[in-house]
Amino acid sequence: MRAVYVDNNATTRVAPEVIEAMLPYLAEQWGNPSSMHTFGGQVMHAVDAAREATAALIGAEPREIIFMSCGTEADNTVIHSALAAAPNKSRIITTAVEHPAVLNPMKELQKKGYDVVFLPVDTEGRLNLHELEDALDANTALVSVMWGNNETGVLFPIERIAELCAMRHIPLHVDAVQAVGKIPIDLARVPITYLALSGHKLHAPKGVGALFVRKGTPFTPLISGGHQERGRRGGTENVASIVGLGRACTLAGEHLDEEQTRVAALRDRLEHEILTTIPRAFRQGDPAMRLPNTTNIGFEAIEGEAILLLLNEYGICASSGSACTSGSLDPSHVLVAMGIPFTRAHGSIRFSLSRYNTDADVDFILEKLPGIIARLRELSPVP
Amino acid sequence: MWNYSDNVVDHFLHPRNVGEIENPDGVGEVGSMACGDMLHLSFKLDDEGRISDAKFKTFGCASAIASSSALTEMIKGKTIEEALTITNRDIADYLGGLPDQKMHCSVLGREALEAAVRNYRGEEEDVKQLEGEVVCTCFGVTDTEIRDVVRENNLTTIEEVTNFTKAGGGCGLCHEKIQEILDEAGASNALPAKHSTGASKASSAHELTNLQKIHLIEEVINERIRPALQHDGGDIELVDVNQNIVTVRLKGACATCPSSSVTMRQFVEKEIDKLVAPDIRVEEAHA
Repeated sequence: MRAVYVDNNATTRVAPEVIEAMLPYLAEQWGNPSSMHTFGGQVMHAVDAAREATAALIGAEPREIIFMSCGTEADNTVIHSALAAAPNKSRIITTAVEHPAVLNPMKELQKKGYDVVFLPVDTEGRLNLHELEDALDANTALVSVMWGNNETGVLFPIERIAELCAMRHIPLHVDAVQAVGKIPIDLARVPITYLALSGHKLHAPKGVGALFVRKGTPFTPLISGGHQERGRRGGTENVASIVGLGRACTLAGEHLDEEQTRVAALRDRLEHEILTTIPRAFRQGDPAMRLPNTTNIGFEAIEGEAILLLLNEYGICASSGSACTSGSLDPSHVLVAMGIPFTRAHGSIRFSLSRYNTDADVDFILEKLPGIIARLRELSPVP
Repeated sequence: MWNYSDNVVDHFLHPRNVGEIENPDGVGEVGSMACGDMLHLSFKLDDEGRISDAKFKTFGCASAIASSSALTEMIKGKTIEEALTITNRDIADYLGGLPDQKMHCSVLGREALEAAVRNYRGEEEDVKQLEGEVVCTCFGVTDTEIRDVVRENNLTTIEEVTNFTKAGGGCGLCHEKIQEILDEAGASNALPAKHSTGASKASSAHELTNLQKIHLIEEVINERIRPALQHDGGDIELVDVNQNIVTVRLKGACATCPSSSVTMRQFVEKEIDKLVAPDIRVEEAHA
């Protein structure tokens, strides 16, 4: 059966070039980069090259990049470090639609007595920057916002948020796990303090991520140990995956235009056709400010898990913000925060494309989806 | 991804009895769009008072659709009274089991059946809702519903109650209240009241007279253990009760089943310990 993978915000295919770059570091080049001998030393060169490639993709300096295990570790490290740097401040500002990697640590801090502000979003998933400005005060230890939303693809206006924070000397963390590799990012130009990225969202393997920490920022490691990563992240380096991340970042840079043009056009065609051919289907998320690869569509009166499993019968891989798919009982916190009616939130499907998708993939989805939706609506007691 | 049984997948991909019966004898609708699942059930009786046709329409996930489909198959050919003996557990068993977090789908089926029967009998639509006090405001679940499900499924934890009824799955403010219901049930709920012989669960077998003990053991075997084993093609027979030792004989498929010792220890003895007294041992009679 052909597989049509349109769940790239969940994880991505490891690029063949990335695998090729990694293999020597799983086979003959197995030295420890911290070793004094040449055998380990040459591995250190590979890690450094990966650091340069990662920094280049986001306009950072290599020394501002710390390799870690994943985006979640990067997010947690920032929260830990920023609060350690501001022991007398008790306010943290974030949004209601963050990824659980930020949302859950924030909820724990709230229980510990921190004044955590969860900024709301409107029905299109947008922040109101006046509300952000009003919340920023001298007691604020950290602002943490995502760049691109994993469920809807909505982009927050990071440049403007960065200006607002920089004017007040408040550190800003950006969870850019979904944005890196999909939109141009230039940290030399945007005064962000910390930025998290994850390998497996940009065609590198799972288990590797990176944190950007702007030079001059006080830093306290979350994982202390050896002197790896200049003492900022203990633990022997995941060399092969770091090399893979470096290669993936270079490739992402080369394909950045394609993401904005060909991938965006595929997404737009898929979305437009669905919205015009399937009754009672609604786009969820601001179409003007969105990742180029993502569309989130709510289908009224049917349930997302059922849609996914029928798509799965045809080898189409997507995901849903419905309650049933997560094992929780409420629909996605993102859709709830946007005030999407339950009649649609339970029937929401996210299609997230990548440069590996083709016109034929979109045609195939458009061929199968209307029948699936009609079939489930036949079953539904709700008119 | 959920680990659905082949039966669940089959009933989801090929649901039986979809639709709505014209001029039905009974109609029931339970659940809501907000809660994520909703079931509309209608049935028709023949001249002998048996359910001749049943149809459903369901909004929900694969297991909700499969549970609805299974329910309509299970009640066809039954009288109202027979149909009402179907528990949510029976629906789940019919489907070869449901993931824990999806047990509420089988409860939805059972509730739809009750609602349709109430409608047939001309009772108030939402009499059950009115009966109890709302415990979980997120999902609108009453204490009566929770008590019923706790009793019918021997639930012991809040997590199980959430899996079966959704209660407690939202804001979590009702967890304390659910725990109270569980505590009450744990203290008094040896067997459903209709089966009671006057004796109830003891903390030790010595607290029961011999007669009480034998009655209780018989009930547990007949009401709970035998139906479950019969479902898998097996059977069980009570041979003797001597002090705290119960001797039984496994029959049918169980007699030749390589995992019969597991069945004895994990299921038969556990049920008897839970429902009669905790210090009873169960042994298998050898022919």
